[in-house]
Amino acid sequence: MEGVTTTADLVPYDEVLDRYDPVLGLETHVELGTATKLFCGCPTAFGAEPNSQVCPVCLGLPGSLPVTNEKAIEFTVRIGLALNCGIAEWCRFARKNYFYPDMPKNYQVSQYDEPLCVDGYLDVPVPGGETYRVQIERVHLEEDTGKTLHVGGATGRIHGATHSLVDYNRAGIPLVEIVTRPLTGTGKRAAEVARLYVTELRDLLRGLGVSDVRMEQGSLRCDVNVSLMPAGTTELGTRTETKNVNSLRSVERAVRFEVERQGALLDAGQRIVQETRHFHEDSGTTSPGRSKEEAQDYRYFPEPDLVPLAPEPRWVEQIRTTLPEPPSARRARFAEANGFTPLDLEQMANAGVLDLVEQTIAARAAPSKARGWWLSYLVGSANERGVEPADLPITPEQLARISALEDDGTLTNKLARQVVDAVLAGEGDPDTVIEAHGWKVTGEADLVAAVEAAIAAQPDVVDKVRAGNLGALGPLVGAVMKATGGSADATRTRELLQERLVG
Amino acid sequence: MSGAEASITREDVAHLARLARIAMTDAELDHLAERLGVILGAVARVQEVAADDIPPTSHAVPLTNIFRADEPQPTLGSAAALAAAPAAEDGRFRVPQILGEPQ
Repeated sequence: MEGVTTTADLVPYDEVLDRYDPVLGLETHVELGTATKLFCGCPTAFGAEPNSQVCPVCLGLPGSLPVTNEKAIEFTVRIGLALNCGIAEWCRFARKNYFYPDMPKNYQVSQYDEPLCVDGYLDVPVPGGETYRVQIERVHLEEDTGKTLHVGGATGRIHGATHSLVDYNRAGIPLVEIVTRPLTGTGKRAAEVARLYVTELRDLLRGLGVSDVRMEQGSLRCDVNVSLMPAGTTELGTRTETKNVNSLRSVERAVRFEVERQGALLDAGQRIVQETRHFHEDSGTTSPGRSKEEAQDYRYFPEPDLVPLAPEPRWVEQIRTTLPEPPSARRARFAEANGFTPLDLEQMANAGVLDLVEQTIAARAAPSKARGWWLSYLVGSANERGVEPADLPITPEQLARISALEDDGTLTNKLARQVVDAVLAGEGDPDTVIEAHGWKVTGEADLVAAVEAAIAAQPDVVDKVRAGNLGALGPLVGAVMKATGGSADATRTRELLQERLVG
Repeated sequence: MSGAEASITREDVAHLARLARIAMTDAELDHLAERLGVILGAVARVQEVAADDIPPTSHAVPLTNIFRADEPQPTLGSAAALAAAPAAEDGRFRVPQILGEPQ
């Protein structure tokens, strides 16, 4: 099949970046969390019946006219200010003309040469206590498109489909596009920096309260531009744009794959084709889409149905005073309150569990326990399943409950892990799981009885221990475990044995 | 569009026809290139009176910031929305095979 890249056509990532400098560009789309659409009063709830949230405006019916949602402008200004952008004093919407049934009007209302916010930056923490400053070129507002389903071809692909079905519930939902300037100088950290940038941006947007930033529901999605230039040179290479990458992990994988693919082509003396590519979640590869259309083919022109935007400077300043503290400051405060070191923080952020640890602590788990569970245990479970830790089927509240039961001695650490695994396996809440399996640590009275029985049954072992050989305790602990079906707390068992034999 | 003198070439018309998904014969292209040239020429005369101190405008009324509150309004409902569609299936608008790639 044309354009398919096999692993034989790839050069390992590190090897490519020994000889080439990567240049990235990221375009992030964020669906705003307004109650209604950008130009009409239709609700924006996710998962509603197809075409139940539509009206003459978002269906593009003749005679309908759009009116701008003030909240969407406010949210966009909030995002621009939080990204240190300047806010345009005057700007307009533009029509982007194209023929594709995801917009019933045959155009999308967007912004072209007059974006609402320009020239900002976002500081992204990278491992080692450093910061990479990502320059933001522009932040603009546009309407989202409808969803198309392709019928009759293989696995829902447009290729070979006999017809398509369209749901316009999403058409007209306010969508903010955040465009970076080229990211250079990242070297081998390119893929990681891309992921960390989107992570930081997501946390910032969540803190601003402008979007629910659910990548798996498509309310945050990313287009990843990648090009390579020979190390030490400054002329930008031809770039590709990988569309609709919709998880943090995939952002990193998409960059890695394009670096490996482009490196192999350049090494073979071939040219990179400037094109749109699609990312495949299952294989972590990209494949070619259409060749990039020229911007002039969209025949942008100022939207005649809408009047210009002229955000009052006083209003903008008022919005600025309501900005929350930036994620970096919030993280520092969180670390101090819970006794975490900068390294702890970095590890949790890199593993994508910072929010989860915070929520687990908020559900009353001890900070060190919350951190330990996510970092030492659940990150591994997430990797095994190939999902983000946040998408594991266990809630911070459930984890806090298990941690509390471990703290009060109801569960041993081993049993606690079994309970976590059972919750992950979908067996229900921690208490349900414990009840169903009869997983309870043996009570103190039963434990003492088992300990005394073990001492009585093995006088020869007891003599060795009494002679000072603590290493000989093993068979006695084993006997207690056997008698209690493995539910005894090993530490407490040892304590009880020592009290009786040595203490 | 090509040229400050507001001319439009046959190639321009062919390109626009392709973008608009309209099939045109050679005779139609010749005809339209000429007619559109006349229209553009007429509109271009505006530039003779528009001095540097007159900014281009995209709107007839000098208004800015016309907004509405973020409050849900009644929708059409899917039955009414789909009633006017040439074809529908599974609660969705049914459209013919799409040629080419999504935007």
